[in-house]
Amino acid sequence: MIDPKLLSDHNLTLEEYERIVSLIGREPNITELGIFSLMWSEHCSYKSSKVHLKKLPTKGKYVIQGPGENAGIIDIGEGLAVVFKIESHNHPSFIEPFQGAATGIGGILRDIFTMGARPIALLDSLRFGPLDNPRNRAILDGVVSGISSYGNSIGVPTVGGEVYFNECYSKNPLVNVFCLGLAEKDKIFYAKAEGAGNPVLYVGSKTGRDGIHGATMASAEFGKETEQKRPNVQVGDPFKEKLLLEACLEVMDKGLIVGIQDMGAAGLTCSTAEMPAKSGTGISINLDLVPQREEGMTPYEIMLSESQERMLLVAKKENVAEVQRVFGKWDLDAVDIGQVTAGRNLRVSFRGETVVDVPVDAVVNLCPIYRRPSRKPAYLRTVQKLDLPAVAQNYSAALLKVIASPTIASKRWVFRQYDHMVQTNTALLPGADAAVLRIKGQKKGLAMTLDGNALYCYLDPPAGGAIAVAEACRNLACVGARPIGVTNCLNFGNPEKPGIMWQFKKIVEGMAEACRAFEIPVTGGNVSFYNDTEGISVHPTPVLGIVGLIDELDRLVGPGFKQAGDSVVLLGENKEELGGSEYLRAGFGLERGRPPGIDLDKERAVQEVCIEAITGGLVRSAHDPSEGGLAVCAAESCILGGEDIGCVLDLDDEIRPDALLFGETQSRIVVSISKTRLPMLLNLAAKRGVTAKVIGETGGKDLIIRQGGREIARQSVRSLFEAWENALPEALLVR
Amino acid sequence: MKFGVVVFPGSNCDHDTFFALKGVLHQETVYLWHKNHDLQGVDCVVLPGGFSYGDYLRSGAIARFSPLMQEVREFAERGGLVLGICNGFQVLLELGLLPGAMLRNKNLKFLCQFVHLRVENPETPFTRRSRRGQVLQIPIAHFDGQYFAPAETLSDLEAHGQVVFRYVDETGETTEKANVNGSAASIAGLINRHGNVLGMMPHPERASEALLGSEDGRLIFESLIQS
Repeated sequence: MIDPKLLSDHNLTLEEYERIVSLIGREPNITELGIFSLMWSEHCSYKSSKVHLKKLPTKGKYVIQGPGENAGIIDIGEGLAVVFKIESHNHPSFIEPFQGAATGIGGILRDIFTMGARPIALLDSLRFGPLDNPRNRAILDGVVSGISSYGNSIGVPTVGGEVYFNECYSKNPLVNVFCLGLAEKDKIFYAKAEGAGNPVLYVGSKTGRDGIHGATMASAEFGKETEQKRPNVQVGDPFKEKLLLEACLEVMDKGLIVGIQDMGAAGLTCSTAEMPAKSGTGISINLDLVPQREEGMTPYEIMLSESQERMLLVAKKENVAEVQRVFGKWDLDAVDIGQVTAGRNLRVSFRGETVVDVPVDAVVNLCPIYRRPSRKPAYLRTVQKLDLPAVAQNYSAALLKVIASPTIASKRWVFRQYDHMVQTNTALLPGADAAVLRIKGQKKGLAMTLDGNALYCYLDPPAGGAIAVAEACRNLACVGARPIGVTNCLNFGNPEKPGIMWQFKKIVEGMAEACRAFEIPVTGGNVSFYNDTEGISVHPTPVLGIVGLIDELDRLVGPGFKQAGDSVVLLGENKEELGGSEYLRAGFGLERGRPPGIDLDKERAVQEVCIEAITGGLVRSAHDPSEGGLAVCAAESCILGGEDIGCVLDLDDEIRPDALLFGETQSRIVVSISKTRLPMLLNLAAKRGVTAKVIGETGGKDLIIRQGGREIARQSVRSLFEAWENALPEALLVR
Repeated sequence: MKFGVVVFPGSNCDHDTFFALKGVLHQETVYLWHKNHDLQGVDCVVLPGGFSYGDYLRSGAIARFSPLMQEVREFAERGGLVLGICNGFQVLLELGLLPGAMLRNKNLKFLCQFVHLRVENPETPFTRRSRRGQVLQIPIAHFDGQYFAPAETLSDLEAHGQVVFRYVDETGETTEKANVNGSAASIAGLINRHGNVLGMMPHPERASEALLGSEDGRLIFESLIQS
């Protein structure tokens, strides 16, 4: 029967088990134990994070749906809404990179179309260990191929994202996937199981033994035996999902269903428990009717399977035949496996016997909530101390080195494997500050970005959390978009360690403060704890997915210089801040110091000036200095314009030259503008109290940077381009 | 001109092609469902891009057996205009309406990017609005786009002016680098001997509006509309 070994195999503590017994008034059988273990796993229950996540602002005038559903929803006017969400697929992607990443895409897509939205964009934030390690190269290759295979096949463009490299991700890569869909406001669907007697329909792939315990696997640390968990990773079938997508959108468009939920993590268990829990009902299903891929599956296996590309629908009886006709058109079965009940239990029968009979509330809502102890970790004091390297005379070589650091270098090798143009809405190709999509038939555009500097978070958790939000918003400002909603994926180590819990708490607080300053609601997200392998945790890595609106898309600008003879203007100020910079990390192996400071009011003012300048048609390009600082920002503007336009920057800040070039001071945006329009921009900035200064002029074939009249760095745009463009392919060559 | 865009299970450029024809070029356009045996009286059939039936076996290998393909074959044999884009080109090869086959790209990766194409034959219903040697910018997005055919087929194609587009660099020269997927003779688009069935890997529907970075793809649709 149920013994300590069985409990520990299910990642349940003795206290949790005792709570289950008292909630259901008896000992659970093995299937019921499996159900509780999944739904009470960290991955499904948020039991360690809930108390802190409450601090994030979730309300706003345009919020249609906040946290708690498959995805968040924001009203964008004219009868339309955007539905978006981010999810992690870290653990499976380490074990089996291709399928792990592919099924991550499949899962996030289902979260979006479950709500009645057609997915129109995918973005992903990927973090890997250094590429001199062959295992890391294989993981990168597998993850990118997996995303490419699934997203390309189903026909949803992967329009942006980010790729970071750091030793801390060597045995724990992060794969966070974001999807955004477009829905008609009055045709949004929820995970509801209303109306006792309504049939429960199973659609999509057959249930197999794959993915059993996926959610529990993602809720524990990895050890040396992790590779043996490969059978826990599911296998994706994008073609099946494409059919499911079209069929689901068709039955929803025709108004044939009451509620719908995908079977992702925790499969049939999650959908049959969550849907009635939300509606104050129960569900009764017969497992003999569940389509099965193999013979001899037990109730435990059927309930816990995480086979992909499956959905659960609730429909009115009179609509079942029509629902089945639509699914039949797409060569899919819709099988009646049970019904909604008035009682509040999940009841499951198998070969004439009741094998599960538990209150849905106990499963879904009564998982213990933990206030885990947190303590400021000791490492902070050490790493915040920084001895700067000596000042040099010439930084031309350093510039080439920084721009070729894999984190900064061109990601073309990655994104050209993704179909980023399908659906013909992509207005800015990948590589810009944010992804921009048009909405067919409208003047408006949508912008979105994923961002999060984990090194800042490691060095100073509260500041790191705030900067992550500010920087993501700044990316949007660079394309003229105002932020309207946030989703986030919080990747951390083991929350049972007080130091990790402290990082989590402080970063969430930093994010909350910044979201309030920008007045943007958080509409959902995902927490991924236990990103530890062999006792080593990843840097705390919050990934912010922020969506913005552009009023008039025909005023869109990109990051690249467009014309010689334009003025280059810096909005914001340069400061001597080198802590946490990519320059120190890539050049000197130093992950130290305090990250740059952040003043949220100033930040907002700078962004507002940039947005107004773009909306007013004043500027020809906008780009923000982030990793690599002002020098890399200017170099990228030279490269990304497509015309090889150089520039000369004449700076007079009296700070260390390396800090001037590569420091990552926040609240700065570099724009280029014609001389005739320059006074209007300076005026606009003055009105908002933002420092705006002409720092140079575009032209020539070189990037030249002077400080106090003395040249401190020079490179030809060609050589910058080659270093930047070739870095990643060269790092991936088999040696 | 009435266009019909075929929808296979797994087609994913059907909406885009429909939008380019109807929304941008204002042509009468209908979807043609693969299970039907009805071409709805269209003047031109377009086989769009995507992953028909998942393309797990071989690109286009299953789609050729779709019920509607019988009518498409007869339509083509009667001289009806058929345009296959990307997966649609692969289906035309599998149907035997065009010669040759597709292999994986030479770098064994999916490739999505703008390419330069040179018009080799402007005397077709698909290219009559262009000039010989004109260089077009149109994107590709495929995994299996390395065109292959035996040497005698290739020389036959060349002899009859059936090579319509070639991958070139921005100056219009064929180079190894510009031939991104490694196609035989840099072939990006082919027409049948009769001149009514064209297959091309690049996506003209993705280059039909300035907002998307190029309008060169319109040339192909506008040529058809004129014919």
